[in-house]
Amino acid sequence: MYRYDQYDQAMVDARVEEFRDQCQRRLDGQLSEDQFKPLRLMNGLYLQLHAYMLRVAIPYGTLSGAQMHILADIADKYDRGYAHFTTRQNVQYNWIKLEDAGDILADLASREMHAIQTSGNCIRNISSDHFAGAAADEVCDPRPYAELLRQWSSFHPEFSYLPRKFKIAVIASPTDRAAMKLHDIGINLVRNNEGELGAAFYVGGGMGRTPMIAPQIREFVPLDQLITYAEACLRVYNRHGRRDNKYKARIKILVHELGADEYRRQVEAEFEHLLAQKIEPPFAELERLCEFFGDPGFENLAEAEIDRSDPEFALWVDRNTHPHKRPGYTSAVISLKPVGGIPGDATAAQMRLMADLATQYSFDECRVMHTQNIVLPHVRKADLHALWTKLDEAGLATPNLDQIDDIIACPGLDYCSLANARSIPVAQKISQRFAANGKGDTLGELKLKISGCINACGHHHAGHIGILGVDRKGVENYQLLLGGSEADDTSLAKITGPGFDEDGIVNAVETATDVYLANRADGERFLDTYRRIGMAPFKEALYG
Amino acid sequence: MIILTGNDLATGAVTWWTGSAWSHDVADAADVGDQADAIAAREEAARRVNVPYAIQAEIGPGGIVRPAHIKDRIRGLGPTVRPDLTLKPGDADAVREVI
Amino acid sequence: MVDHTSTTPSGAEGRGPEARPFLRFRDDDPVGDPAVTVNAFLGQGNATAVRIEPGDDTRELLPHLDRVALVEVNFPTLGDGRGYSAARILREEGYTGELRAVGNVLVDQLAFMRRCGFDAFEPGEPLDAADVEAALGRFPHVYQQAADSAVPIWSLRHGKEAGARNG
Ligand code: HEM
Ligand code: SF4
Repeated sequence: MYRYDQYDQAMVDARVEEFRDQCQRRLDGQLSEDQFKPLRLMNGLYLQLHAYMLRVAIPYGTLSGAQMHILADIADKYDRGYAHFTTRQNVQYNWIKLEDAGDILADLASREMHAIQTSGNCIRNISSDHFAGAAADEVCDPRPYAELLRQWSSFHPEFSYLPRKFKIAVIASPTDRAAMKLHDIGINLVRNNEGELGAAFYVGGGMGRTPMIAPQIREFVPLDQLITYAEACLRVYNRHGRRDNKYKARIKILVHELGADEYRRQVEAEFEHLLAQKIEPPFAELERLCEFFGDPGFENLAEAEIDRSDPEFALWVDRNTHPHKRPGYTSAVISLKPVGGIPGDATAAQMRLMADLATQYSFDECRVMHTQNIVLPHVRKADLHALWTKLDEAGLATPNLDQIDDIIACPGLDYCSLANARSIPVAQKISQRFAANGKGDTLGELKLKISGCINACGHHHAGHIGILGVDRKGVENYQLLLGGSEADDTSLAKITGPGFDEDGIVNAVETATDVYLANRADGERFLDTYRRIGMAPFKEALYG
Repeated sequence: MIILTGNDLATGAVTWWTGSAWSHDVADAADVGDQADAIAAREEAARRVNVPYAIQAEIGPGGIVRPAHIKDRIRGLGPTVRPDLTLKPGDADAVREVI
Repeated sequence: MVDHTSTTPSGAEGRGPEARPFLRFRDDDPVGDPAVTVNAFLGQGNATAVRIEPGDDTRELLPHLDRVALVEVNFPTLGDGRGYSAARILREEGYTGELRAVGNVLVDQLAFMRRCGFDAFEPGEPLDAADVEAALGRFPHVYQQAADSAVPIWSLRHGKEAGARNG
């Protein structure tokens, strides 16, 4: 894992003091809310439905045990004993006092964490593959490059007042587990024909009210030009992105309106100019970063057979582990989606347990997944049963990764001031319904995603089944979408037709799964069947 | 009726204008008539409230103030999925009444 | 490349009778000429001061930089960050004259503006001198190369000393 040196620490500490002052100036009345708002947002502090909300950055989703512990301590000390893990691999607290904000940031800084640029129209936390450094199919560990980008984007003097927020994801395997093409910039590390490592740049993806899949802008950026190329992409956006309309201000609109070719032309021209400015970090820095993400001390194990005599354990192994690049190891997923629970929420006690298990079983490391679950990336297969037993005792062993009840849900109207409808109760009812009727186990991979408004924080466009909360004359209403995917076969889901009330949407989801079960060919997932048979049979069953 | 709500500047807690002060209980909210803007400006300037805004409400069953929009009713109570964290943790019907 | 590293403003006093709030990090005399719009500047062979609005294309000025003594960059709103790019581009192209941020300039923006090459400020509301000093001295380092002479952390880590430039 990356560790701060004195420079990183000094920067984060300075930010704590800066924000402490800014909070004080607000409390004293020297700053108006209008003046304070952009400042607090750059430190992840929102004013939400019930209180201030703090979003803490978890760079590329990687946490040490000690970091998870301090997140739990903050939940107890300053919040109400729990925290919410988000689809952007961050963590949010819902009940924060402005008076405490400086102290919280200081606690975070004591464990090399911060809330810098977790909101506002700036470059946000860099997300990555939650199996980075562990996945059998990766070309390299994407995180050193994500860390380089994190440092470059921190306190960027030119790009802190962009037209709109800016999200970057970095992956390094053919299987996309980070929704890379649904980001403002998606970077895929690849090898070219000469075997050299470089970065493919995809620019202008996103969800929100105008979902778009990012086109490729450059097939191969050499690693010693990565930052310069990113700078060029951002400068073209900062200069020419739309600022007349908040809803058209994301880079996806610029790329769409210019066309990918014209955007590329402008970026390449800016890139030529910037190359001459020599802004690229020394290559030795990239080498330094790579060392942090090397082998954490893997043993040379023989490939181990897992004892599958306990069927519950065997099911969990089948569903919640992922192949590791080293023999004898696997990555284990801790589901934060118990049946009837709140997707992504964890209590302080659960967080401490996960921290300790990470220390004990996974080289002191855990990851936040964009599906709002937690990964222990490097677990010895021989330890899996012991790990599972402890998780099970704490209610953290739900075997449902990528199943219908592994639902992504945004906070919705229970917490979010922008919401049209509640998302969490819908998620709860769906998981309860499919647990009760026993159908859940027959469906296989089915990604269900719920957003409480068009902003799409719950990725509903990218769900095999998506649900979007809308406001129908002051009453909560839910639209059903089918056919989205955030994986390497990225596609955007389509609305089935008129919306439903809360019970109606739960029924509609069940109906859609019935159509799938009746039509599926051998080995087909829900998404495959939908793609083969199209929308019509679903419409017929839902509205016919 | 029109009532005035906002958040406490220092704590962020949801507050409601009672006619003379700010309360955490929506039941205390008073009709501000056409005075919303004036009160809001004065109270915000004095830093007794943050981003105040006026909303429509009615007197609901039992004589309790009921904001017209579900969003403000949830603000008044707390998250419907965590009854233990709402204003009325002991009241099993509270959540059903706001939605 | 001008040295923009000084954190103490010089000539921070006003200019003339109806002095507007003004902050300057240059030793030469302030340019008194009224700044004209980019269009007027391009059409007018003798103007020496020009004002860039957010929508203007800074690069149109490049062929004429030798006759410019003052560029004002207007920030009509806090959130419109195009002026940061405008400033950096001018410095990257070798402009060494006065680069003045005007309009909605809060103390919290000063450090980034300095890094983008601004060396004079004419904020809509006066800035408190102590706040300015605190804001400019706040961060001990920088992460990236910009238009100032600050050495990025990643160069310091690999043997570059503070004060040296990349390249
Ligand atoms: C409760 C506080 C939140 C607020 C006020 C908020 C606000 C927003 C807004 C306004 C957008 C649309 C931006 C645009 O398209 O320009 C958005 C998008 C998004 N938010 Fe949130 N959000 C919140 C919580 C979350 C949470 C909890 C998650 C993760 C579960 C999240 C993840 C995202 C993602 C992934 C997108 C869409 C992807 C994109 O187009 O970039 N947000 N959010
Ligand atoms: S999708 Fe809408 S309701 Fe959900 S968190 Fe985002 S902004 Fe809030």
